[in-house]
Amino acid sequence: MVEGALRAGCRFFAGYPITPATEISEVLSVKLPRVNGTFIQMEDEIASIGAVIGASLAGVKAMTATSGPGFSLMQENLGFAVIAEIPCVIVNVMRGGPSTGLPTFPAQGDVMQARWGTHGDHPIIVLSASTVRECYDMTVRAFNLSEKFRTPVILLIDEVIAHMREKIVFLENEEKEIFNRVKPTMPPEWYIPYENTPSGVPPMANFGEGYRYHVTGLTHDIRGFPTLRQDEIGPFINRLHRKISAHFSEIQSAEYFQTEDAEITLIAYGCVARSAKRAVIEAREKGLRVGLLKLITLWPFMRIAVEKVIQTSKVLIVPEMNMGQISREVKRVSRGMARVFTLNKVDGTIITPSEIFNRIREVI
Amino acid sequence: MPEVTKLIHKYLRHDKKFPHVWCPGCGIGIMLGALIRAIDRIGYEKDEIVLVSGIGCSGRLPVYVDFNTLHTTHGRALTFATGIKLAKPSLKVIVIMGDGDAVAIGGNHFIHAARRNIDVTAIILNNSIYGMTGGQNSPTTPYGMRSTTTTYSNIEQSFRISELAVTAGAVFVGRGTVYHAKLLDSLMEKAFLKQGFSVVEVIAHCHTQYGRQNRLGSAVEMMQWQRDHAIPVEKSLKMKSEELEDKILIGVLVDKELPVYQDEYEKIRDRARAAMEK
Repeated sequence: MVEGALRAGCRFFAGYPITPATEISEVLSVKLPRVNGTFIQMEDEIASIGAVIGASLAGVKAMTATSGPGFSLMQENLGFAVIAEIPCVIVNVMRGGPSTGLPTFPAQGDVMQARWGTHGDHPIIVLSASTVRECYDMTVRAFNLSEKFRTPVILLIDEVIAHMREKIVFLENEEKEIFNRVKPTMPPEWYIPYENTPSGVPPMANFGEGYRYHVTGLTHDIRGFPTLRQDEIGPFINRLHRKISAHFSEIQSAEYFQTEDAEITLIAYGCVARSAKRAVIEAREKGLRVGLLKLITLWPFMRIAVEKVIQTSKVLIVPEMNMGQISREVKRVSRGMARVFTLNKVDGTIITPSEIFNRIREVI
Repeated sequence: MPEVTKLIHKYLRHDKKFPHVWCPGCGIGIMLGALIRAIDRIGYEKDEIVLVSGIGCSGRLPVYVDFNTLHTTHGRALTFATGIKLAKPSLKVIVIMGDGDAVAIGGNHFIHAARRNIDVTAIILNNSIYGMTGGQNSPTTPYGMRSTTTTYSNIEQSFRISELAVTAGAVFVGRGTVYHAKLLDSLMEKAFLKQGFSVVEVIAHCHTQYGRQNRLGSAVEMMQWQRDHAIPVEKSLKMKSEELEDKILIGVLVDKELPVYQDEYEKIRDRARAAMEK
């Protein structure tokens, strides 16, 4: 994730120590100053995300990393980044909750919090990863999406993946597309900072580059000034949603493993997707037609992927390390066209391939 | 138009969001005037100023002035300012907070920004009350006074913001009142020019909320109180402690030199690069 962040052009990190995300801070505190970047350890997570938003406003790509309790503290300012449309990346290495919970044990209990944690009706992008290589790729992607759509992007990793050691291969001269925010090109007096552009994403001027404008957490008009007018509030909130919903194909991604002919499809993400993949292999060996849909983009939820697998699968199993957060979404979008079974585990241990395999046996 | 008004108009977004939200007689306008005069006297370009605020009456201040302006969440203005300053040190970052912002919800950020010696100026409008939300008790409401949440009397001791800033390590701390407008001009000028975390506490009146609930009279009467109770720091040295009990010390409380965060961090970058080359 550190390498991904540096590759994506991240040059500012503010964080507060918390297990199991501290390693990201430690490594960036060594590496960022080497590349003329800035690392700062703040007094808490509220301050960390505040500093990250400030740095981004000044034109520097910025990130923070935390775990459950810290992520809870960040929610208010996360909403600020949404309404003021400030690109930034927030890594949440999920541990067992609620509250202090299980600091050193994995969980996937923050999926709904990542979607709805900050108050108010808002869109959000949440990515996950299930391999070390994916951590790298998704960090780059998180920055790219945040810059492109002027939005905070949350990277939800679980403790297992975050602490995993795994060989990763970088191909020689590996090209990674890096996206930088679109800046205004018009003269400052013509600049409308929150203009309703066709894509829904207005160009972003950095502080100190000649475009003096107002940034606020209050609902604002296209010039950035607070507004109470119905004809300005509605279009603004609609644009915030539209800039994400009009670009699902760019934002959403998933992996399909042996789903073409699958009668049963497992839907998993993070470390559970690894166990699920193993379970698919074992089931196939036993002659069961099982496939895996691995979700990479968690939010906006990938309805299209579920619709694709239910063309062949009338049984869906959603193993996850919570009491059923993504399974609710799967039930919602499958609209009764497939039976949806859950496999929930919240005891601080991972879901094993045999547990998933046993669940497959149970439901058929 | 008098010269001083012309000067202020040069910096206002007067074609945009006026009239402002403040009550007639409010002291925030005087504070804003002092801020503009200090900026003008130093000769900063509008583009190099970033004005950051929190939430409350004071939080609305940046919207009216033609700088890079940022209206953040309640109490968190200093954290955003820290990010801006470190990401682009060439910017002059000024933070406007109320007493609630600075020493209630944002108290932690305030003492840590001072301890770190981040190169920003914090201007704190202390009116002893939460004005915008309707006059609730604040951490600077004096003992025994009334607010809408202490209708039977405030039983808590109040923070002394400037003294707190001194203890937390701010390199420049000045206090003035909105009655002493000229003093505010000079305190702000000194604070802006200071390298490191500088604080200007502005004692102001909220006649609408605090004044009304405590029968302290009009804005004018409350400003007269400021006149009668403010003692310059130099003069206070010759006074007995019992004479100073109900007084406010105004002037420069501290002006010292300490390493500034961004300069120190530049040394860290040099060390990191040197370690990498080895």
